[in-house]
Amino acid sequence: MKITEVIAISNGTLLTPDVNLDREIQGGFAGDLMSDVLASVQAEAVLITGLCNPQVVRTALIADVRLIIFGRGKKPGEDILNLAIDENLPIAASPLGLYEISGRLTQAGLPSYEMEMNLFPKD
Amino acid sequence: MSDQATLSDNDAGMITRVEELGYELKISQVMTTNVVTFSPDMTMLEALNLMQHHRISGAPVIMNGEVVGIISTEDLIRALRDGRIDRKVSDYMSKNLITAKATDKVVEALRIFAKKNVGRLPILDENNKLVGLLTKGDITNGLLTALQRDYQAEEVIRYRASHLFEDIESDRTSLILRYRIIKDDFLHGGAASNNIKRALLRLGADRQVARRCGIAAYEAEMNLIIHTNNGGFLRVEIEPHKITMEAYDDGPGIDDVEKALTPGFSTASEEVRNKGFGAGMGLVNIRSCVDEMTIKTSKESGTNLYMTIYLDKPKN
Repeated sequence: MKITEVIAISNGTLLTPDVNLDREIQGGFAGDLMSDVLASVQAEAVLITGLCNPQVVRTALIADVRLIIFGRGKKPGEDILNLAIDENLPIAASPLGLYEISGRLTQAGLPSYEMEMNLFPKD
Repeated sequence: MSDQATLSDNDAGMITRVEELGYELKISQVMTTNVVTFSPDMTMLEALNLMQHHRISGAPVIMNGEVVGIISTEDLIRALRDGRIDRKVSDYMSKNLITAKATDKVVEALRIFAKKNVGRLPILDENNKLVGLLTKGDITNGLLTALQRDYQAEEVIRYRASHLFEDIESDRTSLILRYRIIKDDFLHGGAASNNIKRALLRLGADRQVARRCGIAAYEAEMNLIIHTNNGGFLRVEIEPHKITMEAYDDGPGIDDVEKALTPGFSTASEEVRNKGFGAGMGLVNIRSCVDEMTIKTSKESGTNLYMTIYLDKPKN
């Protein structure tokens, strides 16, 4: 799915005007704990989060995330936006909650890119 | 674009690799050098036979080593129409000579082809002697060959990059990166790991490997920021066949390593959790990203976390 399409479906506003929007989004991930993101997000996904600090951008870069949507009306500050612009990572903000955004994107055909985690690891 | 040599950034951005090549390549690099030539005293029939034999559609006419004209199939057709195929080449050749220099850039030739209605250009050296012939087809071939060369060069770089340091001979080759991680420095949290990931990609590491190292380094970096007395260090050693990362600090040590390795277990404060950390997945994540993980920890000397990723065996 195109980045602009993902943002439109999420009722979002693009906050990084000059970054490259050509890449395709393959799936989605929602979460507020960055270790959870790193544990189970697959590459080339949109990260939908209610956490709003520069670590979100750094986590996204490490995990090869292609778009961050800040949900629940969170508005990222200049520090976050500047970091993202430097790294050519698009950022949008949406008034909707994470559940709502995820639901809309799933319905529009964007699959979950959250890996299933083993509840009872054998070790 | 204006005729002036200066380009605006905007113009420069629009230039394709093919256009660039037009400015890089010299005509001598793309022209045909084994040029079939005619003499002005030949008959048009002889010219026709030669052109059929060599499968060409035109050739320069030479007298005393100088180009005096050019013959093309169009001239042959005119001679046939007139029923004068036995006439001399000099009667039908085009004498309005448009030539180019071998040392000129290909883009010059393209300009001539665009402006003048000619199919081929005799190419001259600095003494005005014929050294080649150039058609639009030659230019296309030359550009394609150059693009192919570009592509192959890129393949070689990609191959080299996929074998870190392969061509360097020593008893043991390695590159060491060190990062000082400051306690409670959430503002820069993750910056070192991103630099590590970027360095690996620049060295040509596989994207998956760079991602796995990045995640492991990120978790280790955040642990140093959150859980240590005075921060610590991240040390990455890149060798041809493995990447070893070490995170070390001077305390307070991990109380119960077994528990720390349980998914969801965290000793992080409420404040840290509010920042999005303390999911209790740090060491768990590291273990799933690296091939080997070892923890040495004590209250007195702090914690050393060793992480190894082997480059020749893909995980999962």
